[in-house]
Amino acid sequence: MEGKEITLEIDSREVKAREGMTILEAAKSAGINIPTLCYHPALTPFGACRICSVEIVQRGRSRIVTSCVYPVEEGLVVKTKSDRVIRDRKMLIELMLAHAPKAEVIQELAHEYGVEKTRFKIEDEENLCILCGLCARICEERMGKSAINFVGRGVNRKVDTPFHIQTEDCMACGACAFVCPTGAIKLEDITRYKPLPIPLEFDQGLSSRSPIYIPYPQGVPNVPVIDRDKCVHFLTGECGICQEVCQARAINYEQEDEIVEIDAGAIILAPGFDEFDPSPLFNYGYRRYPNVVTSIEFERMLSASGPFQGELRRPFDRKPPQRIAWIQCIGSRDESLGCGYCSSVCCTYAIKEAIVAKEHVPSELEETIFFMDIRTHGKDFDKFYERGKEEGIEFIRAKVYGVEEVDGTGNLSLKYVGEDDRPSTDEFDLVVLSVGLRPSQEAIELGKRLGIQLNKYGFCHTSAFSPVETSKPGVFVCGAFQGPKDIPETVMQASGAAGSASTLLAPARNTLTIKKEYPPEKDVTGEEPRIGVFICHCGINIGGYVDVPEVTEYVKTLPNVAYAENNLYTCSQDTQEKIKAMIEEHKLNRVVVASCTPRTHEPLFRETLKEAGLNQYLFEMSNIRDQCSWVHMHEPEKATEKAKDLLRMAVAKARLIEPLKPLSTPVNHSALVIGGGVAGMVSALTLADQAFEVHLIEREGELGGVAKRIHYTLDSEDAQIFLADLIRKVKEHPKIRVYYNTWIVDAYGYVGNFTTEIMRYRGRVIEKIEHGVTIIATGAQEYKPKEYLYGRDPRVLTQLELEEEIARENPDIVGCDNLVMIQCVGSRNGERPYCSRVCCNQAIKNALKLKAIKPEMNIYILYRDMRTYGFYEEYYQEARQKGVIFLRYDPEDKPRLSQERKNGRYLIRVEGKDPVLGEEVAIDADIIALGVAMVPPEEARELAMLYKVPLNEDGFFLEAHVKLRPVDFATDGVFLCGLAHAPKSIKESIAQAKAAASRATTILAKETITAEGIVCSINEDICSGCGICEVLCPYGAIVVNKERKVAEVNEALCKGCGTCCAACPSGAAQQRGFTRDQIASMVETALVV
Amino acid sequence: MNKEEFEPKILAFCCNWCAYAGADLAGVSRMQYPPNIRIIRIMCSGRVEPEFVLKAFTLGADGVLVLGCHPGDCHYLSGNYKTMRRVPLTKRLLEQFGVEQERLKLEWVSAAEGARFAQVVTDFTSKVKELGPNPLKGS
Repeated sequence: MEGKEITLEIDSREVKAREGMTILEAAKSAGINIPTLCYHPALTPFGACRICSVEIVQRGRSRIVTSCVYPVEEGLVVKTKSDRVIRDRKMLIELMLAHAPKAEVIQELAHEYGVEKTRFKIEDEENLCILCGLCARICEERMGKSAINFVGRGVNRKVDTPFHIQTEDCMACGACAFVCPTGAIKLEDITRYKPLPIPLEFDQGLSSRSPIYIPYPQGVPNVPVIDRDKCVHFLTGECGICQEVCQARAINYEQEDEIVEIDAGAIILAPGFDEFDPSPLFNYGYRRYPNVVTSIEFERMLSASGPFQGELRRPFDRKPPQRIAWIQCIGSRDESLGCGYCSSVCCTYAIKEAIVAKEHVPSELEETIFFMDIRTHGKDFDKFYERGKEEGIEFIRAKVYGVEEVDGTGNLSLKYVGEDDRPSTDEFDLVVLSVGLRPSQEAIELGKRLGIQLNKYGFCHTSAFSPVETSKPGVFVCGAFQGPKDIPETVMQASGAAGSASTLLAPARNTLTIKKEYPPEKDVTGEEPRIGVFICHCGINIGGYVDVPEVTEYVKTLPNVAYAENNLYTCSQDTQEKIKAMIEEHKLNRVVVASCTPRTHEPLFRETLKEAGLNQYLFEMSNIRDQCSWVHMHEPEKATEKAKDLLRMAVAKARLIEPLKPLSTPVNHSALVIGGGVAGMVSALTLADQAFEVHLIEREGELGGVAKRIHYTLDSEDAQIFLADLIRKVKEHPKIRVYYNTWIVDAYGYVGNFTTEIMRYRGRVIEKIEHGVTIIATGAQEYKPKEYLYGRDPRVLTQLELEEEIARENPDIVGCDNLVMIQCVGSRNGERPYCSRVCCNQAIKNALKLKAIKPEMNIYILYRDMRTYGFYEEYYQEARQKGVIFLRYDPEDKPRLSQERKNGRYLIRVEGKDPVLGEEVAIDADIIALGVAMVPPEEARELAMLYKVPLNEDGFFLEAHVKLRPVDFATDGVFLCGLAHAPKSIKESIAQAKAAASRATTILAKETITAEGIVCSINEDICSGCGICEVLCPYGAIVVNKERKVAEVNEALCKGCGTCCAACPSGAAQQRGFTRDQIASMVETALVV
Repeated sequence: MNKEEFEPKILAFCCNWCAYAGADLAGVSRMQYPPNIRIIRIMCSGRVEPEFVLKAFTLGADGVLVLGCHPGDCHYLSGNYKTMRRVPLTKRLLEQFGVEQERLKLEWVSAAEGARFAQVVTDFTSKVKELGPNPLKGS
């Protein structure tokens, strides 16, 4: 602010202000709180309510003035809390209580000032308006309208429209209602237009927003945007309040969209999906009945940051629901709606929502999921389904055909037809529609603009063996635009697309990068700490509530503080220069910044330290904004005290911090890939094509793995041609060395520097391979059934065996009359509780193939749930149309097989109960095909031990994080892909193999790896080698040296969580940067001044 | 001491990835909560040594909060599970020292749960106010 500086005294404190400021503004800038009602920083002061009255002393005379209009003067003495002021305010509160007894803000003030009741006559018990005039002023001054103003005089004074009729002048912007402190304004009474709240898109319209808003709490960057279609400034040129109040001057109305040209070698499309809009489906009542919501809306309703703050309530009456129904397949598996595919994710998310909802409602919650097939085919998802059942969720296999509101209650009556074919009705108080996924219109248009092939639904087309490549070279795709999929698969595919793109761009790697140079690091060992403290005003964000100069003066008194200053913005570029200069001038060897959060700004200040030649870890940050000034805005004195405490704690820690030297090791640029199946070969090629050397280990004498037995895919592509081509490329690649008949006997080392010992030709040759990364792609096998006469009758085959016979055109098979397929053999049972994912599609694939050869063949598929997820659903429908008969069986009542002789033919009789008909069914079959489980190989366990990576309960390798790191292990530098991870299709294996290679590239492309600086270390003098730390370490970074009887930390593996330190009984384990002494000093200084 | 006047001293250990971020979000969203709390940032809730908690109570803290990531969300895979087991043991230890178990509280706050952070702090502050000053104080 311009104007000459003026010094005045407020509440016995010296306050600096600028000429032209009011007393209120001066007090606010000094963190002194004065109550206001009619004041608004964007409006001309009005002095209507007088609650901001203060006492001033001028030339020995004291009087009461209104601080929002009274200008500051040199030497003015102001008292904001004198007895006289308090007495006056109490009187004002009593008057306002009489006028507007219902106004909450007045009641709160009354409570604060100890006013219990008013002595004056209450005119209108219901009145809320306190005649502050904010509404009228904002309408006139900022919105340029003056649709409302004061009318009447004396006791009849009120805010109204001209002639008390709804006016056309009002544009229903809502500014008046927004500024009204008491909620007295009813927009409906003012405007002739229908006031429409702006729906907050992120909350699915369940809550509203202003025209300038932050789209969602975790957006990156987390900054506001202006909705030009709703903003009054953009519509009329008026308002402009946001620009005026933004201290950082970040708001620029002149900004326009600009066209930016980017030279790129590859494009990755990840435009996501839209959810299906069920409004056109009249029978489900969406948008007609408030208590019918979509699953995405329900997700927001459950969220702590959602419209009801995480308390589950019905939209209709905000009461907690007691009976909730989910209806599955809304906008999925329905060709008539243009979505004949399965959306793949809805079954699992519905179960998740049902389980989470139980945690949100204290009373007993009855939940029902109406479904066609439960498709929880993802890794470990079937266990989740079982858990849902255990938690009491009712699953009803039925088609819901109508939802109707029960008069007046908001409850909903569901009409459905169950498996018994009888119509039933049930009442619920909330209905969730599990809506499917569809490509967004923008994505379809983008696809068309780029000239890539889309499938008939508008998703991006990819072929069976190139899951991330679009039809246009150099354009890659990932996520739900390629087809409906869940988060783990999306993340895998994203890494896969990045892998393909980086293969393409490998020659250009590091051609556009510039290396930054730093001055040599000063050695500060043995020096007495000299701490420099920089305290930020952050405009008024901190300075408006915390007395920053007072805190600065306080900090100067703390031990070892050699320098302290405050800055308007400590993060600004000129302050960085200032910090560097002060480090030099005052020989500072520790720096503390008190400002916002280290989560966003620590890297910036650490960089400044590096530029000043200080070790970047000689830095400590104190968060006096996000965790102080912003959350204690009404208690400036207490906020100031807290800021002092926080700084005392930070300085105490800073005295003890030491320079850290993160371990830096060179990287071996070769990879070891274990497993010569499709996944192993694809990841080997992806790396080799980027010129990294690859060692490919195969136990058998040839490459190919389980794919050798797959002849065709559901979309009729020839798997053997693809496989032969892949094997040829691997064999011919100069960067790949294949080791056949090879076993791994030992492995050690860490990221960037592994050594694996291998044994070749039955132990005759032992070799050592050094490599920077390891990819585990050991595959899986078909379960060999003990049930259903398998192995005892040659006419009982597995699906893979059937496929081989079909490919061989065995006349006994392709010419048979009756063929029965039995699904879930060895899967989804007590021993193997997982779904093997591929078997339903295998069955459909083989059934269609057989029908093509012999259309009159009777094919029966005995199943539990048909899990033809995604676009495979089309083939399921095709199989039904071609006359394949699907018979469901219950796991408690499995089909029974017996050998029979009938009409001179030797047959297998299949008997079982059909739950649909409720009757026993018998089929005389010529051939039986079993959809058997995929089982992990035995040797997985050995490898898991050698590379210190975990397996899940079922023996598949367990990734670091199901969603966020689906191809990484917690152990750095080791990755996984293919069937070793979980059962999946070839297409999915290829995507995951590329993903693993892509993740491995992030290490191989580096010259050196710098570990985390904040790692744990062991004080060997006091370590007893008890090994508690070794067991606790989730990264296998600590190993007890048996000979020396001490624990040793591998810094390259340690991530610095500090769990070991918390458990160490002797205190030998220490976390650098968070040592016991450092944390203890903070505890101590927080409590003892 | 009059409970109205009693302003407890509360320490909170917040993990860097979830709870501390949740506290930041509460700030960015300007959610007001009582100013009694002093936050100590740690990388993982699994870092909290029982000794820190005991030290805090010996030095006169009236309450201690340990805030970490929701189960399954730990940045370090399983640190919060260790905390989940360690805190109940520490509580039993407190009891032996004559400090009420309720003065130590473990809660999960995600990076997106600013409102929850403010709520947890508000509820805990009033709970500690109800309990009154730390019985070890002055003894």
